[in-house]
Amino acid sequence: MTTAAPTGLDPTRRGRGASPVRRLVPWIATERRRLALAVLLGSLAIGCGVGLLATSAWLISSAALRPQILELGVAIVAVRAFGVFRGVFRYFERLVSHDAAFRALSRLRLAVYDRLAVVAPAGVPAYRRGDLLERLVRDVDATQDLPLRVLVPYASGAIVALASVVLAFAVLPVAGLVLAVSLLLAATVVPWITSRAAADAERLCAPERGELNGDVLTLLDGVADLTMSGAAPGWLDRLASDDRRIGDLARRSARATGLASGLGVLLSGGAVVAMLVVAIPAVRSGALIGVNLAVLALLPLATYEAVVAMPIAALALGRVRGSAQRVVEVLDAVDPVPDPVSPVAPPEGVVGVALDGVSAGWPGGDDVLVDLDLAVVAGTRIGVVGPSGIGKSTLLAVLAGFLPYAGSIRLGDVELREMSGHDVRHVVGWCPQLPHVFDTSVVENVRLARPEATDDEVRVALDAVGLGPWLDAAPHGIHTPVGDHGALVSAGQRQRLGVARVLIGGHPVVLLDEPTEHLDEATADVVATELLRALAGRTVVWVAHRPHGLAELDATVRIS
Amino acid sequence: MSRPLDPRLLRYARGVRTLLIGSIGVASGTALLVVAQAFCLGDVVSRVFLDGATFADVRPVIVTLALVILGRVALATLGETLAQRAATRTSAQLRAALLGHVVRLGPVWLSGERRGQIATLATRGVDSVEPYVARYLPALVVAVIVPLVVGVAILTQDFVAAVIVAVTAPLIPVFMILVGSYTQSATAKQWSTLSVLSGHFLDVVAGLPTLKAFGRETAQSERMAAIDARYRKATLGVLRISFLSSFVLELLATVSVAVVAVSVGLRLVDGNIDLRTGLVVLILAPEVYLPIRAVGAQFHSAADGIDAAEQVFEVLAVEPSVSGTRTDVPAGDVFVDGVSVTYSGTDVVALSPLSLTARAGRVTAVVGPSGVGKSTLLAVLQGFVAPTSGAVRIGGVDVATLDVDAWRGQLAVVAQDPSLVGPSVADDVRLRRPSASDADVDAALRAAGLDPASLPDGAATRVGDLASDVSAGQRRRVALARVMLAPAPLVLLDEPTAGLDVSAESDVVSAIRRLADAGSAVIVVAHRPSLVAGADDVVTLVPQVVGA
Repeated sequence: MTTAAPTGLDPTRRGRGASPVRRLVPWIATERRRLALAVLLGSLAIGCGVGLLATSAWLISSAALRPQILELGVAIVAVRAFGVFRGVFRYFERLVSHDAAFRALSRLRLAVYDRLAVVAPAGVPAYRRGDLLERLVRDVDATQDLPLRVLVPYASGAIVALASVVLAFAVLPVAGLVLAVSLLLAATVVPWITSRAAADAERLCAPERGELNGDVLTLLDGVADLTMSGAAPGWLDRLASDDRRIGDLARRSARATGLASGLGVLLSGGAVVAMLVVAIPAVRSGALIGVNLAVLALLPLATYEAVVAMPIAALALGRVRGSAQRVVEVLDAVDPVPDPVSPVAPPEGVVGVALDGVSAGWPGGDDVLVDLDLAVVAGTRIGVVGPSGIGKSTLLAVLAGFLPYAGSIRLGDVELREMSGHDVRHVVGWCPQLPHVFDTSVVENVRLARPEATDDEVRVALDAVGLGPWLDAAPHGIHTPVGDHGALVSAGQRQRLGVARVLIGGHPVVLLDEPTEHLDEATADVVATELLRALAGRTVVWVAHRPHGLAELDATVRIS
Repeated sequence: MSRPLDPRLLRYARGVRTLLIGSIGVASGTALLVVAQAFCLGDVVSRVFLDGATFADVRPVIVTLALVILGRVALATLGETLAQRAATRTSAQLRAALLGHVVRLGPVWLSGERRGQIATLATRGVDSVEPYVARYLPALVVAVIVPLVVGVAILTQDFVAAVIVAVTAPLIPVFMILVGSYTQSATAKQWSTLSVLSGHFLDVVAGLPTLKAFGRETAQSERMAAIDARYRKATLGVLRISFLSSFVLELLATVSVAVVAVSVGLRLVDGNIDLRTGLVVLILAPEVYLPIRAVGAQFHSAADGIDAAEQVFEVLAVEPSVSGTRTDVPAGDVFVDGVSVTYSGTDVVALSPLSLTARAGRVTAVVGPSGVGKSTLLAVLQGFVAPTSGAVRIGGVDVATLDVDAWRGQLAVVAQDPSLVGPSVADDVRLRRPSASDADVDAALRAAGLDPASLPDGAATRVGDLASDVSAGQRRRVALARVMLAPAPLVLLDEPTAGLDVSAESDVVSAIRRLADAGSAVIVVAHRPSLVAGADDVVTLVPQVVGA
């Protein structure tokens, strides 16, 4: 069953406002059958461990009474079976739980993607900082710990603990109580202390670690400046003292983890002593038959395995909580530019762009663009210049339908906000600064703008942005891979790959954000000229802070 | 599987040595107490069950048992605390060693992709060594000591059980290694498929604005589902194999305990041993295997740390270029004498043989097209790159014979893309002269063409608050202010006016002149005519035409 979640269980919609971890439960619940099987197998595995020791104790005690071997036959078989099957059950538990976790993760990943596809880029702060995006991806991956390291170990441990208590109760009721108290404390207090200690350490250390990481980055970025200023040794001392502070804080929480691990030993050992204290008089009074004394005495040691994974589960839960919070924020992200209920059809042919009193900004921030008027006649090319930070890139994001705006923007005779975002971007082609390049070949990176484009068409576009000589020298021409995150292409090449996309895309209106950035002066002039020739007949808005190519445009507007 | 304990870790992280000694003590103590606990329990149960002893009869033994357990509690607490402390000390020591070494290797070694890799390694990478030290290493010590001690204790009680244990327990590491080497490639494959999967997800998510711009976002959604399903199947196939190693381990451990139990039971029936001995052996047998299994369980959390430590050692093994020893730098002109640079391992000529002289009080402009080696020349002068041929001399002495820090003390540099270290602009300007007064800092900023009043909070503005996109030119001016505040005999500037408008440019040109007038020899790499016009000497670098 690889299909979507059953109806009425749409995981994206359920439980808004609940705790972040609980919000992830619906995705995990889509795998409840596999997870139930995993819990069953896990319980059987731990149960075999308990059974092995308990049956062995009974076997040895009984054997001490020197009965006929046949009377011990069942116990002997049981001991051997427990010994063999424990590993078998554990092996299959791990396979089944991983399968379930991967499936649930896969669905969650798609849900995150689908939500991002609606709200990106303006609806998620992560798109303004690359490292946040990487963290989001790690966070999504981290949620698989919820079924794998929290749910299955805790549930199977709890089941075996309960079963052991029932067994002890059946043998001697008061022994059941002793075991119940010890296991209950071990299953609650110990994990609680452990996770509290970790949370404390995290809370105390996180700001310090943030500072340390910031200082590390500053050192690495500024290693030349620091070295040449004689300041590098001082900076290394500063990092060492950052680390010392973290160490001091971590030491405090180490005391708590130490306490928790001591408490675990105390609970199982204490239960052994308590068991003897209640069981010995019971043997003398006849309430407990002698062969079962060893069983009860060893039971607390055997059941320790059922609770030993619980502090680890609590720690994993703490880690998942942070990740879940950030994942849920994406799932709940509001679309900053929702499509209109009944979208107006986009204009046909080459159109002009008219802005009338337009104000806009990024969600959560002030308006960057204030009361802007601008008219671009159909088929003309205008340059937009102005100091950095004045809102040139914001203007392009608005025109590409990625940001809401106040005022009026007309594409031809249609108001931009009355069209669907998809239709807007059918008319308007947008080439951002440092466009993303996907980890595939050059040709596929350009072709995504128009999947039916032929290799030759792509090559023509790449020539127009001056990448011809580079491709001729590249090992596989246009089929050369660009590497992970475009590692194999320079910033200038990457910029021009993005421009080639809008050339291929054939949009009537083209937005270019600093297309000649990262190029040396001579190349920039050549590329600008070639590019404008290739864009002849289309409406072009060209944002720049350098003069290259601007002279060949029909007009230049300065925003201030 | 890499080595469980890398000797280099002991060399660079003294915290690990302390931990190992402490862990040996804790493990030995724990092993003895485990044995004592088994003897107490076996004694009490057999006396009550077979000899009709009452609670009062066995009370002393139960009290002893309680004390033994308290001892174990104390040792568990102590061991855990020791391990945690050692872990943070180790990561701090590794980080200090790594970063100190990286600084010695210098910015040229650190350029490009490597900077990001080292940043990750020095932060998350080194942090991941903590679980390795805190969990895996103590578990490893326990796994060596406890089975030995407990095994000897079993031997004193029952020869047959001791033989069973002695035969099977060593089989576990043997099988681990056999199965482990078989599953190692599978495990590596598993991690690589997982990282491919999340790498692909990151690629698509980061490219979403681009995909949306071309209306391709929905097509990707289906592709992602297909890729996910394919990788999941592949990963599970791999897991089926890689889980085998822990399966074998677990199977051996429990089957051995079962064999011991049945053998003890059968010999009890024959009357060959007594109940007390049988119980002691039964309680002790699992204790032999438990620590060995625990190491296997901890290995997963330790793998990242082992990997990170390995990478740190690789960096530490990179030899920094050899520094000279002479610390008294002679005065005089700086003479670049036929210096050329060819990067090792390539035929690429980064700088063709060049000679120039920088004299005190004069500005020398170095011009030429991109890629001709202007920045390489500056890297050679700063001692970041060794010349392939030729030499840089000062007062007739080859600077390669000088102590590199002493030589750098003679230099002040404004890099093409300087970075600000902050926290405030003023702190940054003070980098070369921490004792400078606020007035001096403001004056230096103004001299560099950056009016402190134009910053949101004057010179106290935090560098992080400077708008990132305007800062390239601003950063260069702050870096220039550092130099204005504390000039040096030789000043190097790499395109100091790039990205500046005309008025700011003229500020910078006059600042350069002021440096020369104050007695510095100035070398400025220039593109702009105005900079070249202000120079006393102009050196033009000409590209080598390959194959012409």
